[in-house]
Amino acid sequence: MSTDTAVGPSGREVRQTHRVVIRFAGDSGDGMQLTGDRFTSEAAAFGNDLATLPNFPAEIRAPAGTLPGVSSFQLHFADYDILTPGDRPDVLVAMNPAALKANIADLPHGGMLIVNTDEFTKRNLAKVGYESNPLEDDSLEPYTTHQVAMATLTRGALEPTGMSKKDAERAKNMFALGLLSWMYHRGTEGTEQFLREKFAKKPELAEANILAFRAGWNYGETTESFAVTYEVAPARLAEGTYRQITGNLALAYGVVAAGQQAKLPVFLGTYPITPASDVLHELSKHKGMGVTTFQAEDEIAGIGAALGASFGGSLGVTSTSGPGVALKSETIGLAVALELPLLILDVQRGGPSTGLPTKTEQADLLQAMYGRNGEAPVPIIAPQSPADCFDAALDAVRMALTYRTPVFLLSDGAIANGSEPWAIPDVATLPDLSTTFATEPNAPDGSGEFWPYLRDADTLARPWAIPGTAGLEHRIGGLEKADGRGTISYDPDNHDRMVRLRQAKIEGIEVPDLTVDDPDGDAEVLVIGWGSSFGPIGAACRRVRAAGMSVAQAHLRHLNPMPGNLGDVLRSYRRVVVPEMNLGQLSMLLRAKFLVDAHSYTKVAGLPFQAEELAGVLTDAVKGDLPA
Amino acid sequence: MTATDLGQPSFGGGLDLVPTTDETQKAKDYTSDQEVRWCPGCGDYAVLASVRGFLPELGLKRENIVFVSGIGCSSRFPYYLDTYGMHSIHGRAPTIATGLAVTRPDLSVWVVTGDGDALSIGGNHLIHALRRNMNITILLFNNRIYGLTKGQYSPTSEVGKVTKSTPMGSVDAPFNPVSLALGAEATFVGRALDSDRKGLTEVLRQAAAHRGASLVEIFQDCPIFNDGSFDVLRKGDDVAERLIKLVDGEPIRFGNEDEWGVVRSATGGLEVARVADVGEDAVVVHRAGEEDPTQSFALSRLSDQDLTHTVTGIFRKVDRPTYDDGARAQVAAATEQAEQRGDNLQALLSGKDTWAVLPEPENEQ
Repeated sequence: MSTDTAVGPSGREVRQTHRVVIRFAGDSGDGMQLTGDRFTSEAAAFGNDLATLPNFPAEIRAPAGTLPGVSSFQLHFADYDILTPGDRPDVLVAMNPAALKANIADLPHGGMLIVNTDEFTKRNLAKVGYESNPLEDDSLEPYTTHQVAMATLTRGALEPTGMSKKDAERAKNMFALGLLSWMYHRGTEGTEQFLREKFAKKPELAEANILAFRAGWNYGETTESFAVTYEVAPARLAEGTYRQITGNLALAYGVVAAGQQAKLPVFLGTYPITPASDVLHELSKHKGMGVTTFQAEDEIAGIGAALGASFGGSLGVTSTSGPGVALKSETIGLAVALELPLLILDVQRGGPSTGLPTKTEQADLLQAMYGRNGEAPVPIIAPQSPADCFDAALDAVRMALTYRTPVFLLSDGAIANGSEPWAIPDVATLPDLSTTFATEPNAPDGSGEFWPYLRDADTLARPWAIPGTAGLEHRIGGLEKADGRGTISYDPDNHDRMVRLRQAKIEGIEVPDLTVDDPDGDAEVLVIGWGSSFGPIGAACRRVRAAGMSVAQAHLRHLNPMPGNLGDVLRSYRRVVVPEMNLGQLSMLLRAKFLVDAHSYTKVAGLPFQAEELAGVLTDAVKGDLPA
Repeated sequence: MTATDLGQPSFGGGLDLVPTTDETQKAKDYTSDQEVRWCPGCGDYAVLASVRGFLPELGLKRENIVFVSGIGCSSRFPYYLDTYGMHSIHGRAPTIATGLAVTRPDLSVWVVTGDGDALSIGGNHLIHALRRNMNITILLFNNRIYGLTKGQYSPTSEVGKVTKSTPMGSVDAPFNPVSLALGAEATFVGRALDSDRKGLTEVLRQAAAHRGASLVEIFQDCPIFNDGSFDVLRKGDDVAERLIKLVDGEPIRFGNEDEWGVVRSATGGLEVARVADVGEDAVVVHRAGEEDPTQSFALSRLSDQDLTHTVTGIFRKVDRPTYDDGARAQVAAATEQAEQRGDNLQALLSGKDTWAVLPEPENEQ
C-alpha cells in the first residue's frame, strides 16, 4: 500500500499511501461505532474519499466480552475515488479477546494489529475459548502486532480528574482514536470540538474523553513502538462541496427535499424497526420543514396513516424493513387500487422472519415486486450507495406523484449505516416535483360529475381530488372500480381492463435507459447488479480490468419498470453475470423477462460482497470457466 | 429519557376547525347516487337514515366531511353518503382516519366499522385511536355476528352461540365494546339502538361536537344471520325495565313508572334496585364528565351483556388533549422557529461539517 517514504518532524518515517482500511473492533459497550464515526469525520474533513461498514449485533448489550457482543466499524479512506469499505483491513484495532478472535481471520498476513492488552485476562480468554493467550503464544506472528495497555494508560491519564477507575476506563476508545489519529496525521481539533459538543451538558465527561484522546495521541508520539506513520493525501473528487453522509440520513434528507420540491407537507407514518429507525429519528427533527412524523401502534397503522395522509393531499411516506413490508402488504395493495401516491422505504435486512436485523441482504426484491394478492404492480427503485439514497428518494417521489402510485425504495443495511462523501447538491438544481390536485368536475359526458378514475392519456394517472374540494365528493376503496367513473363494478370485462390499465400505467413509467460501463469496448462479459452491490461490483471490475481483461458493468436502479434498453443490453454480451445478496432474485426476473442465460452468483452472509471474490467470479466468467 | 411539558392544552369543539356553510342542507344532499345494497330489514338502513338526517344539522361544508370504513356490511356505508369517502381494508379504517385527521384539521372525519372489523381484526387500531384521542368519530355497528362472510360468530357474540363456524356453540368470551373503550382511555363513549332515531341522533350530535375520539356503539340487527338479537330492547312489555337511558346530571331511573334505579352495590359496583325499597337518595346520579371512569365502567357492565339491563346514551365525555392538535402544534412551533432562524433546505443538506474540492488546476500543489 505504500508508495513513498519520507522522514517526519519527530524523526520517524512517514509513508505516503493511497488507501488504508482500518477496522475498530471491540465489545458492544466499547463505543466502536462512535470511534469509527469520529475517525470517518476526520477523514472526510481532510478530503479523503471514504466508505464505511459498521457491523454490530442486534442485541443492545450482549454479555460483555463474548463473541456475539463484538461490534466493529470498518473505514476505507483513500486519495482517489473508492467504491467499497474494503475487503480486508490493513489495520485491526482489537479492544478485547472476543474482538480479536472474531476479526483476526480477516487481517492479511503482514497487517497491523493493535491490541488492548488489559482485557486479555484468563477469564476473558476463557470466555471466547482461547486455550492459551494469543499475545503470548506464536499465533500472532504473521502480523505486526502492537500491544498497548489502553485501559491502564487511559486510567493513568484520567487520574487527575478523580474519576473512578471504572468510569475512566470507559474512555479507552478515545485513547484508541487518539493513537490512530496520530498514526495517520489527522488533526485533533475536530475531535476535541466534537467531544465538547457531545458532552456539552457534562463538561467533566468531555474533558475526560479529550484527555484520553490526547493520551492516545501522545502515546504514539512519545513511545518508540511505532516506527512509521502514514499519510493519505486528499482525494481528487469532482469539484464541489462535500459532506459525509450515511444512507439513512440521505434517505431522510431526500424525503424532506421531495416534500419541498413538491410543495407538499410530508407525513411519515411508521413503526420502529432495525435498520430503518434512523429515518424516523431524522425526519422527526424536521417538523420545521413541513414534516409530520407519526410513530404508530404497528407497521400496518404506520402505512395506513400514511395512506390516509396521501388521500388528504400530503406526501405519505412509510419506512420499514422486510418484516414490516410483510405486514404492510395489504395496505400497499389498497394503495395500488386507490391509485394514490405513497412512498415505501424498505431498508432491507437479513431474513426470513426476524432473520439478521443488523445485517444486510437484498432478498426483498421479489417481495416488493410480487408480494401482494392479485395483480398489484408497484414501481421499485434501488439506490446504489449511501449518498445515492438522496437522489433515489426524489426519483421515487417523482414516480409516486406523477403516476399516483405507491413506490418501493429498496435500500439495505449496508448503505443505510455505511457512509461516504456526498457532493452537496445545489437546491436550485433539484427537480421540480410540483403536482396538481383536481379542482373541477371532469366527466367527458358533460354531466358535471367527477369521475375519479378518468385517466391522463399520457401517464394513465388518475386525478388526485382531495377532501375539501367542493363538487368533487367521491368514494374510493379496495373494491374493483368502473374504468373512468370509479363506481363499484363487478363487470368481468371491466376488471380485465382495469387490471391491464394498472399494469400499463406502471410499465409506462419513464425511466432512463441503462448505461453500460465498458471502457475497453470489447467486453464479452456483462456484470449487472442492483442496489448496494454497486461498490463491490465496480471495485471487482477495476481489478479484472487492471489484470488486462475486459468486463462491462451495468447497474439497475429501476427494477420496475426496468429500463427500455435492458433487453438489448443483455443480449449484446456473450455472458451475463448477476451477483446478488439473495438466491438469485434479479437473475430470475431477467431470465423470465428477457430469455437470457443470466449466470447468478449469490451470497447471503449478512455482509456486502468483497471485491476480491467478485473479481474471481468475473475472471472466471471472462475465461469461460463459469460453472453451468 | 425525559418527559417534557407540552404546554397548556386548549379544548374546543370537535368541528371547530371545519368550515361551515350558510346553505340549508337536507338529508337528500347527503344521499349519493349509489343504490343501497344491504339486505331487507338490515339495521344499517335505520342508521343510514339517521346519519343522513343528522348531518345537515352540523351545517358543515359537505366536501369537508369524510367517512372512512373497513370491511364488513356496515363498511359499505361511505358509498351511500355524498361526502368524501374511503372503503378501505379490514380493520384498518382508524389508521387511515388518523393520517387524515392529523394532516387535515379542516375535515370532519368519521369511521364506520362493525364488531368484527373494529374488535377482531382491527382491535389494536381501535384502542390506540381511542387512547391517542384522535379527533375522529367512530360508529361501531354491533350486530354480534359476521354478516358479510355469512354468519360466523363475532367477538361480541354471546358464549354458546351456534353458528356455521361453531356448530356446538361458541366457547369464545365476548368483548363489551363500551367497557373496552373506557379501558382504552376513550374520552367519549356512547351507545344507541339502531331503531331509536332520537337517542341515536342525540349521541351522534354530542359525539360530533366532542373534540377527541368518540366511540358510538350502535346495537344493530342482522335479520339474516342474527335475526331479532336486540328485539327484547324494542318490543314487549318489559322494554322499559330493560332499557336504561342515561341523562347527564340526572339520577339513573327507569321502568314504566321510573320505579327502578341504579344504586351502589355492596361490592363497590352498581346494581339495580326498586326505588321504593332503597329511597330516592340512594339512586346514583350519572356524571358523564367525571374524570374517574369507574362509574361509567360499572354502568357498561350492569347486567353483563345479556340485555337484562342495557344502558344507552353517553357514558363518558371528558376533555383531554387530542393527538392531532398536539402533533400540529409541534409542527407549527417548529415551523415558526425555523422561519425565525431562517432555516432552509440548502442549509439542512449542507450540515455543519463540509469540505470543498477545488477545480483540478488549483488542487495541484
